[in-house]
Amino acid sequence: MKFMALIYSVDGSQSSYPGDLMGDYHKFGEEAAAAGVLIEGNALQPVSTASSVQVRDNKPAITDGPFAETKEVLGGYYLLDCKDLDEALKWAAKIPTATYGTIEVRPVLTIEW
Amino acid sequence: MSGDSTTLARIFRQESGQVLAALIAQLRDFDLAEDALADALVEAARAWPERGIPSNGGAWLLSVARRRAIDRLRRSKTRSSDLTEQTIRLLHEDVSMNEQDEIVPDERLRLIFTCCHPALSEDARVALTLRTLCGLTAREIARAFLTSESTMNQRLSRAKAKIRDAGIAYVVPEADDLPARLHSVLAVIYLIYNESYSAYEGQTLSRHDLALEAVRLADILYKLLPDPEVSGLLALIRLHHARRAAREDVNGVLISLEHQDRRMWDHAEITQATGILLSTLAQGQPGPYQIQAAISALHATAKNWSETDWPQILALYQTLYEMTGSPIVALNRAVALANSGDVAKAISVVDALSDVLATYQPFHAARADLLARLGHREEANTAYDHAIALSRNDAEKAFLIARRAKMS
Repeated sequence: MKFMALIYSVDGSQSSYPGDLMGDYHKFGEEAAAAGVLIEGNALQPVSTASSVQVRDNKPAITDGPFAETKEVLGGYYLLDCKDLDEALKWAAKIPTATYGTIEVRPVLTIEW
Repeated sequence: MSGDSTTLARIFRQESGQVLAALIAQLRDFDLAEDALADALVEAARAWPERGIPSNGGAWLLSVARRRAIDRLRRSKTRSSDLTEQTIRLLHEDVSMNEQDEIVPDERLRLIFTCCHPALSEDARVALTLRTLCGLTAREIARAFLTSESTMNQRLSRAKAKIRDAGIAYVVPEADDLPARLHSVLAVIYLIYNESYSAYEGQTLSRHDLALEAVRLADILYKLLPDPEVSGLLALIRLHHARRAAREDVNGVLISLEHQDRRMWDHAEITQATGILLSTLAQGQPGPYQIQAAISALHATAKNWSETDWPQILALYQTLYEMTGSPIVALNRAVALANSGDVAKAISVVDALSDVLATYQPFHAARADLLARLGHREEANTAYDHAIALSRNDAEKAFLIARRAKMS
């Protein structure tokens, strides 16, 4: 099963991370790849770069900023291939940001055409 | 065996949980499993009185339910056809492999871990456990939790959909996950038990059925998964349960442990539960449920209130507090301290908890009792008023009003 691990944290809170955040992310990526669960993963530019678009009456309306003003913002993601939710949650718990932010885990919807 | 309707109902009740668990294990589909079991029960209700009850009723129900599941899968056009064919093939293999008197492997352990998965909300865990492991209907669960049948049906379908779509596995967790996952299972069973004693506004029903289901669940788990905390929970629930007859007077007013007629306790059950607890404690792996059971056992085996072993109860609450850090345990420890003789120190400990436990009714009730014992009547009165205002049911309210009256 494919699972998406969405990495949320309070904007700017990564400075509170006690260790070497980039180094730990690198280690996580290597460990997950070696275990064969990593499909892909990326960090996103900060939320200050976010733009949102909504199409209403066939007209796109562009606004500055993220879709919802919340304390925690999406900072990156991993796409993981795991046998079940338990395995996905176990990997998600190893993502460094889990120690100060929140990792939301959701299965990827597979649609048979 | 006679085929009258009470015998049938009893067998259905005994076997349904195991059969449903086995069906869910094969079908991976809660709704289909429930429907197939319902079909099998209808068929049994027709066939058994005529032809006699089979020697292994569970196996009979399972094989009929499997065939009905195949029929239902064939009829359904909405499902992915590959998956349907695969499931049907699997079911056929099982049907031909296992004849009438097969030994049904007990799938209830996997099922209970699935139903109590921490990725489900607590409400959903409780509802799903009662529905699938205890075989209660949505209507019965709704009544026990004082909510509507449609709300309960919604809660159950949302939970089943989450299990199906979120990738919650149908397995007993691996060894390193087991303690955390077991914690969730034990909490659900204890919650079901406690719910049986907390009736809400204007109702005095003790919901005896829920208590029995909790005892049954703890017992199933005890048989399937040897673990000291599982035994601890079983002993704890049974020790509480043994005192049920003495807990309320004829008008439904609660009777405190101090004033219960100890002759009304089920002493055979106390002896049994204490036996389970003692052999468990001997394994030397204490945990919160074992400690709570030990406290309960000291109460249950005391001749009367004044001969209760308060110093040991105090020590056990201290251990429990070190394990849990819970303010409610701190409150109980303070009460044990007062009962060991140091009421003045107990009240200062209790006062220090006034912020965290401000909305907890037993906090105000305990504080009122301690203040009354120290002769601070006015303060005690105010504390009783707080406790009465926070009561959730008439039995509790009547109990506290009587206590306040007794003081003045």
